Amino acid sequence: MDNIRETVRRYILDNFLPGEDPANLTDQTELKESGILDSLSTLKLVTFLEETFKVEFEANDLDAGNLSTVESIERLVRSKRS
Amino acid sequence: MTATRSLVDLLESSARRFPGKTAVKVPGGASLTYAELAELSDRLRDRLVHLGVRPGDRVGMRLYKSVDAVATIFGILKAGAAYVPVDAESPAARGAYIHNNCSVRAVVTERSLEGAFVQALSELGATPAILALDTGSSAQPLHDLLTQLEKDDPAPKVASASIAPDDIAYILYTSGSTGTPKGVVLSHRNAASFIDWCSEVFSPSHEDRFSSHAPFHFDLSILDIYVSLKHGATLVLIGEALGKDPLKLAQVISEERISIWYSTPSILSLLANYGKLGRYDYSALRMVFFAGEVFPLPQYRALTKFWSAPRYFNLYGPTETNVCTWYEVPKDGSIDSMATFPIGQICPPNLGMVVDEQNRPVKVGDPGELLVSGPNVMGGYWNLPEQNARAFYVDSDGRKWYRTGDIVVEEPGLGYRYISRRDRMVKRRGYRVELGEIEVALSKHPDIRDAACVAVPDPESGVRVCAFVSCQEGKSLSKIALKGHCAQTLPPYMIPDLFTVLDRLPRTSTDKIDYQTLKASVG
Repeated sequence: MDNIRETVRRYILDNFLPGEDPANLTDQTELKESGILDSLSTLKLVTFLEETFKVEFEANDLDAGNLSTVESIERLVRSKRS
Repeated sequence: MTATRSLVDLLESSARRFPGKTAVKVPGGASLTYAELAELSDRLRDRLVHLGVRPGDRVGMRLYKSVDAVATIFGILKAGAAYVPVDAESPAARGAYIHNNCSVRAVVTERSLEGAFVQALSELGATPAILALDTGSSAQPLHDLLTQLEKDDPAPKVASASIAPDDIAYILYTSGSTGTPKGVVLSHRNAASFIDWCSEVFSPSHEDRFSSHAPFHFDLSILDIYVSLKHGATLVLIGEALGKDPLKLAQVISEERISIWYSTPSILSLLANYGKLGRYDYSALRMVFFAGEVFPLPQYRALTKFWSAPRYFNLYGPTETNVCTWYEVPKDGSIDSMATFPIGQICPPNLGMVVDEQNRPVKVGDPGELLVSGPNVMGGYWNLPEQNARAFYVDSDGRKWYRTGDIVVEEPGLGYRYISRRDRMVKRRGYRVELGEIEVALSKHPDIRDAACVAVPDPESGVRVCAFVSCQEGKSLSKIALKGHCAQTLPPYMIPDLFTVLDRLPRTSTDKIDYQTLKASVG
């Protein structure tokens, strides 16, 4: 599945930024410091990633940097599928 | 067990009885025995006094949770001062406002936080003495810092201050409706009354292992720290990151053989839903306390599928009274017919009364505001005479009652049941959030003309905070920009879930913000 980025972007927009212009969420938008992903939304996103991409994360996978942008989330998902 | 006289006595007494026992530890990290905690806090006391801290002063703390943070609390108390903890994870400007507001004489912080914090303090004209722990490279940062300072500028050994029951022990700041946090001033007597009540009702022992999940700026920490240390038990510190991570937390609670757990319902729900609790052994767990917000019964049931053995207690009370009512959840199925847990009976020797708007007691079963009187109740807010006048009601016998702002009904046999709030305060993850404080923070954005917030019920998180803004002429703001602005000015738990930008906010005929219309648009 090549549109990991798009799937992730769409999920974040629909669930955590309802009504936002999609153009404002780029692959490099900082997700943590900007307040878009807090502790609860992070858990929801992780559950969504595990179910959608059939991957399983270890606790250490979810450390700060790996979920900081759409781009880094894609990287994390790919590393788990390979 | 004898009554607690001061928070310092309670540590000193356990240090005599259990010197070699672990008083406080971080899972997989540092720990201190009772003797070490007593000694390290003595050394910090000497240093603080050398820096000019005197009985009656305030000393700020901006530290992540650690054994050193616990030693810091006792060092400050031994100097006869009150500690003022602020959230290391919230914006520096908010913590600096708090420390400037109560004129702290000194601040204990960490190197990684020091620069931005000193800058924020100096912008307010505050220049307290700073002690910064080097947590990055040292395994025992407070010990090392004190040793280093001792070489350069020895601090004479002094005796701990003599503490009177009404001396201030700590000031905890909560959200303020006017846009700035307000300081709840609590004395040694206030804390001791609550701690001794816990001893009587829960009968903890030196074999217990207490969790410390709540941060030290949150009043749940009072039970964790002092009840544990009073009884010679071990306090297991759960740091900020671990505390939000149900997968890791589930494992730590089991491995640390926690026997007494205390947290908000939010984290218990996360553990039940995301913690994979079925994988671990929780046979040590004998009591679970929850407080700070309503625990939805479906979430309680989800949790007790995994944790069926412990006794559960719903503890209720605003920071101003600490816990003032309690309810033990019965195991006989009688809660099955309930929609919510009662908050229960008043904690003696405090008194409760339910009154109408003219302060007249209502009939049993009628709703009214809960007033609380007794040794748990705070002296007042720091330096806010008008809010203090509104916070208390003095009856014809001269008895002073704190107005909780919570509307309750009394049910015979069960005690009180919470119904709603009298004002615009909501609970999120157990924290008090004044919607007015969020509105003020939003209004500070130069492109925002008007801002309003409403809270609507949410089945999963309890409550959703929805913000509405209108922009200045010719300006527009993305939701990401709005979230980012909030993340820079507000604690994480105060950031709204939903933002809506409107051309103008709806107003009533008297030109006030029409909150009902806004609520209807998202409810």
